[in-house]
Amino acid sequence: MIIAERKPVDEIVEMVADAKRVLVLGCRGCVSVCSAGGEREVEILASLLRLGARKQGRELKTIEATMVRQCDREYIEAIDQWAGKYDAIVSMACGVGVNFIANLRPDDIVYPGVNTGCMGGSAEQGIWTEQCAGCGNCVLHLTGGLCPVARCAKSLMNGPCGGSQNGECEINKDVPCIWQSIHDRLIRTGRRADMDRVAPIRDWSSAGHGGPRKVVRDDLTV
Amino acid sequence: MSFTPDIQIFCCHYTSQQAIAEGAAGLKEDGLPAGATINRLPCSGKLEVSTLLKAFEDGADGVCVVGCPEDKCHNVSGSKRAAHRVVAVRRALAELGVEGERIEMFHLERGFHPEFIDAAVLMHERVSGFGPSPFKDEKKPVKKKAAGKAAAKPAKKGAKKK
Repeated sequence: MIIAERKPVDEIVEMVADAKRVLVLGCRGCVSVCSAGGEREVEILASLLRLGARKQGRELKTIEATMVRQCDREYIEAIDQWAGKYDAIVSMACGVGVNFIANLRPDDIVYPGVNTGCMGGSAEQGIWTEQCAGCGNCVLHLTGGLCPVARCAKSLMNGPCGGSQNGECEINKDVPCIWQSIHDRLIRTGRRADMDRVAPIRDWSSAGHGGPRKVVRDDLTV
Repeated sequence: MSFTPDIQIFCCHYTSQQAIAEGAAGLKEDGLPAGATINRLPCSGKLEVSTLLKAFEDGADGVCVVGCPEDKCHNVSGSKRAAHRVVAVRRALAELGVEGERIEMFHLERGFHPEFIDAAVLMHERVSGFGPSPFKDEKKPVKKKAAGKAAAKPAKKGAKKK
């Protein structure tokens, strides 16, 4: 899922300083699962925005709503039901949601309520870790299912650097050296030979270095 | 100008058992500060961050959460959850430039202890020092109840003071 975190409240209060009515819009997708922008977080942020405004001596009205997703046209169109009832939208979806609202509603003012972090998973309750960098050229079949692009601090493709000690990355003892983990896993699963395959110099154009990426599926387009 | 802080106390069924049994008159006699309101819950773990924020929206100057000792919660981990939510509210208050200490978590033993009253007195004194909540709109009267849940009601006498 996409991992996000609520922005500091004072930052959002500042964004909506000119608004008297704000639509706080959550998303039931990834940000709900990582407790950053779901129904509960919308309720909390709306309350904090009202309190923040009141501290500045003004009254702020909020509409609280949560959409199934904010990364599909059909759901963004549903914002029409509140037309004329808000001066600005605070989207608690990931950056995709904010962009989609901006793309599809040219006259609406939209602000981000969260900082979008990474693609990851829940390591334990309340802790999420990055697992995938979305580089567009997956090599997990060669690395025991563990991603060196996202999980190696240097995104090395042919084994660990010299800073790896006792299975720990040199940037932080809490970060496992993913190449050590890849090595151990390949040995354990009888695929040691995969370690000998030399990864060629990588073409990073699929990772966004060639500009914004686009996927076209002719079998689905209408 | 004299200021009696509005302190909303959210406590679990177990930590407030004796306090509730005392009734309003008994609590006053025991020293529960004027302006303190008891909101009783089945478990402090039932508290949501939004409920605590609502208390401030409704005019609380301070909020006091009372739950079981961390390792002896009647519902295993309810008071730990409550403590985490109190931390979340503190952080948010600080982000808004308001004293985070306007909200505090207390872990107390089951039943009546002087500590229950002490917690309310501590919050009363602390918040008196801070002054009225900066969230109060002086032009508008604040709503009387915080979360709309059980206030301290006169209850049967009988439970023992410890």
